[in-house]
Amino acid sequence: MTAKFRPTRRATMAGLSALALGGGRASAQTPAPKKGGTLTFLQNSEPNTLMSGTTTATSALTNSGKVAEGLLEYDYDIKPRAALATEWSISPDGKTYTFKLRPNVKFHDGKPFTSADVAYSIQMLKAVHPRGRNTFANVTEVKTPDPLTAVIELSKPAPFLIKALAAAESPMVPKHIYDGTDPVTNPNGNAPIGTGPYKFKQWVRGSHVIFERNPDYWQPDLPRIDQMVCKFVPDPGARSVAFENGSGDIGYRTPVALADLDRLKKLPHLVFETDGTSYSYNVSLLQFNLDSQYFKNLKVRQAIAHCVDRAALLKVVMYGYGVVCSTPIAPGLKEFHDPSPSPYGLDFKKAEQLLDEAGFKRGADKIRFKFPMDYNPLGDEGRKVCEFMRATLSRVGITVEVRSQDLPAFAKRIYTDRDFDCTYNGHSNLFDPTVGVQRVYWSKNFKKGVPFSNGSNYNNPKVDALLEGASVENDPVKRKQMFIDFQKIIMEEVPDISLFSPLYLTIKNKRVHDDSMTADGVESNMAQVWLDS
Amino acid sequence: MRMGRRIATTLKRAAIHAGPTVLGIVVLDFFFLQLMPGDAADVMATEAGSASEETMAALRHQFGLDQPVLTQLMNFLNHLAHLDLGFSPRFNTSVLDLILERLPGTLLLMVTALGFALLIGIVLGSVMAAWAGKWPDRLLSIVVLLLYSMPGFWVGLMAIVLFSVKLNWLPNDGSETIGAHLTGFSFIADRLSHLVLPALALASFFVAVYARLVRTSMLEVQRQDFMRTAHAKGLNPFLVQLRHALRNALIPVTTVAGMHLGNLLGGAVVVETLFGWPGMGRLALEAVLARDFSVLLGVLLLSSLLVIVANVAIDLLHAWLDPRIGEA
Repeated sequence: MTAKFRPTRRATMAGLSALALGGGRASAQTPAPKKGGTLTFLQNSEPNTLMSGTTTATSALTNSGKVAEGLLEYDYDIKPRAALATEWSISPDGKTYTFKLRPNVKFHDGKPFTSADVAYSIQMLKAVHPRGRNTFANVTEVKTPDPLTAVIELSKPAPFLIKALAAAESPMVPKHIYDGTDPVTNPNGNAPIGTGPYKFKQWVRGSHVIFERNPDYWQPDLPRIDQMVCKFVPDPGARSVAFENGSGDIGYRTPVALADLDRLKKLPHLVFETDGTSYSYNVSLLQFNLDSQYFKNLKVRQAIAHCVDRAALLKVVMYGYGVVCSTPIAPGLKEFHDPSPSPYGLDFKKAEQLLDEAGFKRGADKIRFKFPMDYNPLGDEGRKVCEFMRATLSRVGITVEVRSQDLPAFAKRIYTDRDFDCTYNGHSNLFDPTVGVQRVYWSKNFKKGVPFSNGSNYNNPKVDALLEGASVENDPVKRKQMFIDFQKIIMEEVPDISLFSPLYLTIKNKRVHDDSMTADGVESNMAQVWLDS
Repeated sequence: MRMGRRIATTLKRAAIHAGPTVLGIVVLDFFFLQLMPGDAADVMATEAGSASEETMAALRHQFGLDQPVLTQLMNFLNHLAHLDLGFSPRFNTSVLDLILERLPGTLLLMVTALGFALLIGIVLGSVMAAWAGKWPDRLLSIVVLLLYSMPGFWVGLMAIVLFSVKLNWLPNDGSETIGAHLTGFSFIADRLSHLVLPALALASFFVAVYARLVRTSMLEVQRQDFMRTAHAKGLNPFLVQLRHALRNALIPVTTVAGMHLGNLLGGAVVVETLFGWPGMGRLALEAVLARDFSVLLGVLLLSSLLVIVANVAIDLLHAWLDPRIGEA
């Protein structure tokens, strides 16, 4: 199969009819963009670097793309579009990727952007990026036949690679700044330069980062705003207030408490959107420790699965902001998701029967057994999920004790000490199951001390073979079938119980326009955003 | 002359105490922090949402966490001896820079809050003492009781709801309007408008403490002989209250206020988080959550120094208020 993409007008228009595209052309539905103004972007936490080539922390991804751009960008269906690369092609065997680079692109220090920068960036990502190590693991060489052509050579096909080249995921960094240094400690992380629409101006730790308009940006009429103030507001209540009184313009990944949404939705000056959230879908799940005395037993896991009412949980805990999901691959990844329901439907009688068969009969106090349930404290829903499960499981004679801890204590308990029975957890699927899902179920990724590895200690040679096969399968039809088979096995063997895929909202003041034009929304370069005066 | 000697003794005593106190605090804190589950690498990896064995090892090596605990302590002390507080993994910058950047914010907030607390507390206390047992005293007692029992963060939240959300008079977040390029009067007005709410929230509890303290000690002083003498001399009753009663009543207030500086630092953690104030309290909280021990040790070290300095200042203030103190 030859996959040759050219960003023709028709191709780009197909997925994007309603969007304003490069060069500042606006479509008919939206008013003409205005110039100037300051956008205040509210962020939950402060990054430890402004260049995401060395980390995958959300706080870094949010800011990095404003300065350092990617070879490609993606429409809402994760179809690639031109960014720093204008044309790209993949050889039929899936082992050679050729990129034609955009001419006359300059870094903020005036030096030209060339294929040498691409080669350096890919090698850097392969060496130090937490995901890049896997994404680019098969890269043997990046050839640079001329300054505007970069050729990535692979030892084996990597069918997910073409989706990994967004700005925040795989930033193109200036080789002349990084060459010969340790990328992790390079001062460019604190005061980055790149090719992006915004220049770094100031970082006041504990407060904010300011980006200002790059007047020499390669898209002549962009960017439109004068400056972007990224403000770190750790308290969700304070973020609600900021949206309410207009001191904050935009925030993403549902930046306020879910309980506040109903109240905020009544305010006429706020807009809630779901565009630009398709580059990273999460799946929230109950994860068992398969070494636990209770959950090593398949019947106990099946019994718990019979007790889970996903729809009710989604309504009670998530206020309906999500989609029920019974497989490890999120419904948002339409290409790979298996929509069939869990083989274990809501059935408390069946659950009781399975628990009896497993040898956990009700005692004199009607209790079968008691176990602590932990939760990942990153979101605010974890505790409520555990409480929901405590109420549910009490019906079949299982007592749940909800146990809290902060993030590092949670990571140590689950992944290093393995001192848990069952935990509420969440995994990002990212743009492809090989990148986001494989790590959780692949037996070779059972690694003590590594967060978000195979935390259940699940080990099934059939699953291993399917995942390994899919990671190098060049035929999309075969690859899809492998992931479908994989999901069937996981749903049957229940090393974890997938519950739902959260729906993330971007909240913005109605004066903000054209902020989320790509799959990764506000994590992109946000070159087109503009404000009503 | 006597004053000069007094200052010298106070400073000498402080200098002798400071060294061991600071060392003790640092070493104890270091071991307490070791008891916390998880380390900075765990935090960075969980925040990142993905990790591999290699990235974990690289992170631990970068932060020096792959070394034995005692070596880490010796490294820290060695750096400290060279006035170097180390490097923060979470914030990717030198700890000293980080703290010095935040210190002015916290000092401003603390001094303003303490100023509010003392001013309002002394006025309320004096009024209560002057009308002891009558209706102004009763009414203010209720107000003071409320302030005493409401936690500062709740006062802060309610103030945000009223002044930031409903009335939209004062900002709820940060210490200045970012990116507005203000100068002169509008700059000062902007800073003040950001300062008022957090300072009042932080001060609320201490207002109650000082009001009650001033009331009690003023009432006690009223019964003293020198008060009767002053009244007998025919001095203006207002001046008697101000120069004779209040001045003597201030001794316990200043003693307590000195001790409260430490409490204020603690309270600042909550108030700074609530109001997004870029200060040391929030930094300390973030450092704990990020297991960024070099930052936390730096903050604790500086806080202990701050308390020591405050105690010296209070000693000197006492000498001025009542020259008899500490003469022996």
